[in-house]
Amino acid sequence: MSRIDFNNDNNEYFDVLREIGNIGAGNATSALAQMLGRKVELSVPKVRLLDFKDVGGAIGGEEQIMAGIYLLIEGAITGSMMFLLKKESAADLVAMLMGQPDRDPNAELGEIECSALKEIGNIITSSYLNAISSLTGLTVFPSVPSLCVDMAGAILSVPAIEFGMMCDKLLLIENKFQSGADGYLILVPDIDSYDKIFGALGM
Amino acid sequence: MNELIKVGMADLKVCKAPDGLTTLGLGSCVGICIWDAAAGVGGLAHIMLPDSTKIKNNSNIYKFADSAIDELIRELCEAGASRSRLKAKIAGGAQMFAFESQQAAMRVGLANVDAVREKLKKEGIPIVAEDTGGSHGRTIAFYPESGKLSIRAFDHPELII
Repeated sequence: MSRIDFNNDNNEYFDVLREIGNIGAGNATSALAQMLGRKVELSVPKVRLLDFKDVGGAIGGEEQIMAGIYLLIEGAITGSMMFLLKKESAADLVAMLMGQPDRDPNAELGEIECSALKEIGNIITSSYLNAISSLTGLTVFPSVPSLCVDMAGAILSVPAIEFGMMCDKLLLIENKFQSGADGYLILVPDIDSYDKIFGALGM
Repeated sequence: MNELIKVGMADLKVCKAPDGLTTLGLGSCVGICIWDAAAGVGGLAHIMLPDSTKIKNNSNIYKFADSAIDELIRELCEAGASRSRLKAKIAGGAQMFAFESQQAAMRVGLANVDAVREKLKKEGIPIVAEDTGGSHGRTIAFYPESGKLSIRAFDHPELII
């Protein structure tokens, strides 16, 4: 079993996970800022240990319509990663990227917009994972990203189920971005991967 | 005033009419409503995974189709339902993300629905209506008084089964 104490989220391991969130998201933020040609604010990462009954409402509320870009991680570290943002923020982000500031944020996301979103998700998550890989010396291979626009609870059930196969709580590293559009980056390593990360860092 | 009781992921609640039960944003999970109309007692379980016997860490019995249904039946009978009058309605089990490589975990929605159907059949509880599968999330509300299950989804009209 893992070294992480699932009943106590205030220990040195959680500090290390927060730092990992910082380093990963720092890199991801630079990539996003470069892509958008504007400043992106990053808030302090949170390491969250959630009961499953609280997962659905953990980000934005269960019924908030959000765009989630989800990918699986393989290699020495396994797990999943998600870039999650409100539907309107997703539309804003795509408009910024495509140079259409006047685009109606309530308009439906078409094929091109969805494709652009997936690409944004891809770049952000790859930058994040690259930073983690360099830090730990562990290989990380992200899968092709998949996009879903739906209720936050339904989207979050997917990583929750993945983690639920191993554990009775969900442990995740959450980062929040602000750049006109707010977004969340969530890293959910598998239980076994936590020990690999700590081992690679000499803990 | 009748109440609408919220059920979270890997959670289970039982209520008496005219109260109702709701679970918000069901994705690949399945919402299982079982009720005894005559006794006015109903329950809702929100399961995440199909089978508690295939997983080592299975202490949370609400998480799995098999163990949650056992517990739901037990609590319903304790609340005054008659085992032989129980009926079920189910919803959920969507595939939210279309991954190209069909990973086992990505098909968990279908596996959940199959496991629920099989377990209910084994327990002799008929499924009188269901809205399962697809690729969209669902918010459901169940009222044991009428036996009606309301299903709301993003970009879909409300469905009452």
